[in-house]
Amino acid sequence: MKTFVGIDLGSTTTKAVMMDENEQILGRGITNSRSNYETACSVATEEAKIDARFTLFRREFGAAGELDEQVEEFLAALERSFRLEQFLEQLADLEETCVRLVRGERFEKIGDGVKAALHEVFRRLREEAPALYAPDADRKSDFFRDIAGSRYLAVAEEVGREAGISYDVLLNIYDKSIIAVENRPPSGKLNEKFKNALQRVSKEDSGAATVLGEKAEHALGIELEETYTVGTGYGRVTLPFSKEHIRSEILCHGLGAHMMYPNTRTVLDIGGQDTKGIQVNADGIVENFQMNDRCAAGTGRYLGYIADEMNMGLHELGPMAMKSKKPARINSTCTVFAGAELRDRLALGESREDILAGLHRAIILRSMSILSRSGGVADQLTFTGGVAKNNAAVRELKKLVFENYGEVQINIDPDSIYTGALGASEFARRAAHGRIEGVDA
Amino acid sequence: MKPSIVKAQPADVLKDASMIKQKQMMAAHYDRLTSAPQTGEKVASTFVPGNLNELIMCFDLVNNLPEVNAIQSGLRKQSGQYIMEAERAGHSEDVCTYVKSDIGMMMKGNIGPNGKELPKPDVLLLSYTGCFTFLKWFELLREQYKCPTIFLQTPYMADGKVTPNMIQYMVKQFKETVIPTLEEVSGVKFDIDRLREYLKKSAQAEDDLVYILQTGKNKPSPIDAYFGGIYYIGPIFGAFRGTDDAIDYYKFLREEVDERLLKGLGPVTPDGPMGEEKYRLVVEGPPNYTSFRQFWKMFYEEGATVVASSYTKVGGTYDYGFRHDPDRPLESLAEYCLGVYTNRSLPMRIDMLTDYINEYEADGLLINSIKSCNSFSAGQLLIMREVEKRTGKPAAFVETDLVDPRYFSAANVKNRLESYFQMVEQKRSGKGVAA
Repeated sequence: MKTFVGIDLGSTTTKAVMMDENEQILGRGITNSRSNYETACSVATEEAKIDARFTLFRREFGAAGELDEQVEEFLAALERSFRLEQFLEQLADLEETCVRLVRGERFEKIGDGVKAALHEVFRRLREEAPALYAPDADRKSDFFRDIAGSRYLAVAEEVGREAGISYDVLLNIYDKSIIAVENRPPSGKLNEKFKNALQRVSKEDSGAATVLGEKAEHALGIELEETYTVGTGYGRVTLPFSKEHIRSEILCHGLGAHMMYPNTRTVLDIGGQDTKGIQVNADGIVENFQMNDRCAAGTGRYLGYIADEMNMGLHELGPMAMKSKKPARINSTCTVFAGAELRDRLALGESREDILAGLHRAIILRSMSILSRSGGVADQLTFTGGVAKNNAAVRELKKLVFENYGEVQINIDPDSIYTGALGASEFARRAAHGRIEGVDA
Repeated sequence: MKPSIVKAQPADVLKDASMIKQKQMMAAHYDRLTSAPQTGEKVASTFVPGNLNELIMCFDLVNNLPEVNAIQSGLRKQSGQYIMEAERAGHSEDVCTYVKSDIGMMMKGNIGPNGKELPKPDVLLLSYTGCFTFLKWFELLREQYKCPTIFLQTPYMADGKVTPNMIQYMVKQFKETVIPTLEEVSGVKFDIDRLREYLKKSAQAEDDLVYILQTGKNKPSPIDAYFGGIYYIGPIFGAFRGTDDAIDYYKFLREEVDERLLKGLGPVTPDGPMGEEKYRLVVEGPPNYTSFRQFWKMFYEEGATVVASSYTKVGGTYDYGFRHDPDRPLESLAEYCLGVYTNRSLPMRIDMLTDYINEYEADGLLINSIKSCNSFSAGQLLIMREVEKRTGKPAAFVETDLVDPRYFSAANVKNRLESYFQMVEQKRSGKGVAA
């Protein structure tokens, strides 16, 4: 089948959306943006393809929306099994890469010992891998780098101690290898991995799984043809796409928000390194926009610095701020001052909750300024970007929008992080349509 | 003597013959300036808006323009270190970067673009035309050079028109302050017929300049009225207005532009002749000089030509009909100062930009807002909205700086520009569908 792919190469993550000819989303994929844009794009696209496969499975299983429990269980098991398959493949790549690094003068004496230790580390990692993908397992991240990294460090310490190999040596080998592994585009055929995963699932569970497995296998026969791809992304001087395959990020966000909420007239996007206020018309065409200038104040990056300063995870900031009873009054959103401001206030005895609540408000205040410069807030406002996932930021936005513009419907889609990629995929669909019809797209 | 800091342009940069001629003129002028201590010529420092070059020439003074020096430092990638030098000396980050580049250059030996030391001015001719920072700038220079300083006050065009009172007020200043001081500094007696002679020459070059700038009305436009325009205004905004050199230059340029016009060609960019003209823009605000070529490239690579700009009017609004007039010498100098773009009110600027979009059949307005220039930037968003409303054409806003390299974020500017071009495209296609 024909598919249209939109890729949003962001500063933090790369997102892909795959769409079919009927403007239906087939799949979404996300990965961490690396220094290697090509790989980030191909990983995100592959992730979207995997997700698309699951959509096709669902379609194959019949009546969309009316899926029974068994089907859901089967799909969940299949996904876990597939992820395990992927993990094991990358783990094998990592092992090979690590072992390859054990050479040269440095390893003249200890080489064999290090290799043996590495093999032991990876044996243990493989052994515990299925548990990581067990039904109740709680994974902190879905990115290989994060999962493999934290486990490697723990296991290598153990093994190193047992074998009398310095932990630093093992750590150093890992550090050098993970970048190479991460920057290698995904290898192997997707369908092979799906077939292996299907086999594992049906081995575990006979019953309904066999019938569903057969249907799934049939769905795997549908070829996903990447008919047209459009890429977007801010700050990429060179995108791995040719010119006619690039659309501006602002336009993609405007169109993506319009597709999610056709009555959107204003879009606020707070991403990793920029904040955008966009006005769109009834057709999703951008009428006006404003964004932060050279300074990253008040963008997602600012929250990143705060999280680092507080030694917390980025996703923990919002919930903590929500606990505040008396938000601190903070005016500066200067990222450079963030650390100083924070320490100063902590020293004055203000609570972390109150300070965080104040910082969230400060970010949204800056967004309000950008929004007003772009032409204000018109009903409906759609809030997108990574920061839209942060409840404390959303709460402040609602408050400030109400204070300044009155009753306005604020839309936040759980998949808002894909807004730009969604718009890009629709641009891809239209461009391909124009090409097919001979219309100037 | 300090080693030369003049760096040749990379060989692959293409230039019009007129650009080469202009460069030679500038080089000759800088040589004249830097050899003033040897030749005994006296130097007057002054500003581009309200530049009284004809009058200065009447006293055999050489015209030195600190703004142009700052621009030269920006183009030659020297301004960054000068600005930091000035900041170390206590000038804040928010201060006009022309000023800081100039002050920093002074602190580092005042080496001009030809690698030689620029002379100390014998007189500071502060013609104030709307930019308040000029006052502060020359206050600093006066402190440094301890030379006579003339303050010529141009009334701001708050009501949008020149009144007889304004002209009288300025002529009075010419007669009572400016001319006597220049006589005293130079030792040359003022001769009004000499002034008339220069003014006559000015008007002649001005006719050609207007003709050239208005060729932007053609499709495709044979000129880029912003990036190319910077070169075109060089001689007449600088030390050549009223000279035969300027007449020759504009005649030469006019022929060059006419030739392109005849062949239906677009402007010449540093990467060669411009391809298809896809977007016609009107630009408001000064350019960025530290990444001048990179900035320009973002336009011509996308097929965007600037057909008219306000910046090419900071040294005179000749396209609105004003000419230096030998029959009314002092009065016309007064009118000249009153009319420059920096002295125009917000409503006048809105009118001008709206006219340009309509008359040059532009696709929209682009504002390059300068971080360190409050004089230009204040009110620009309001200008933008009003022009959008009046013309129905889309507008956009990018933010850079004059000569501070720290305030040019290529990725940010490119993102905004590309969004804008695609926005224009969508609007123009009128299909009601984004593509």
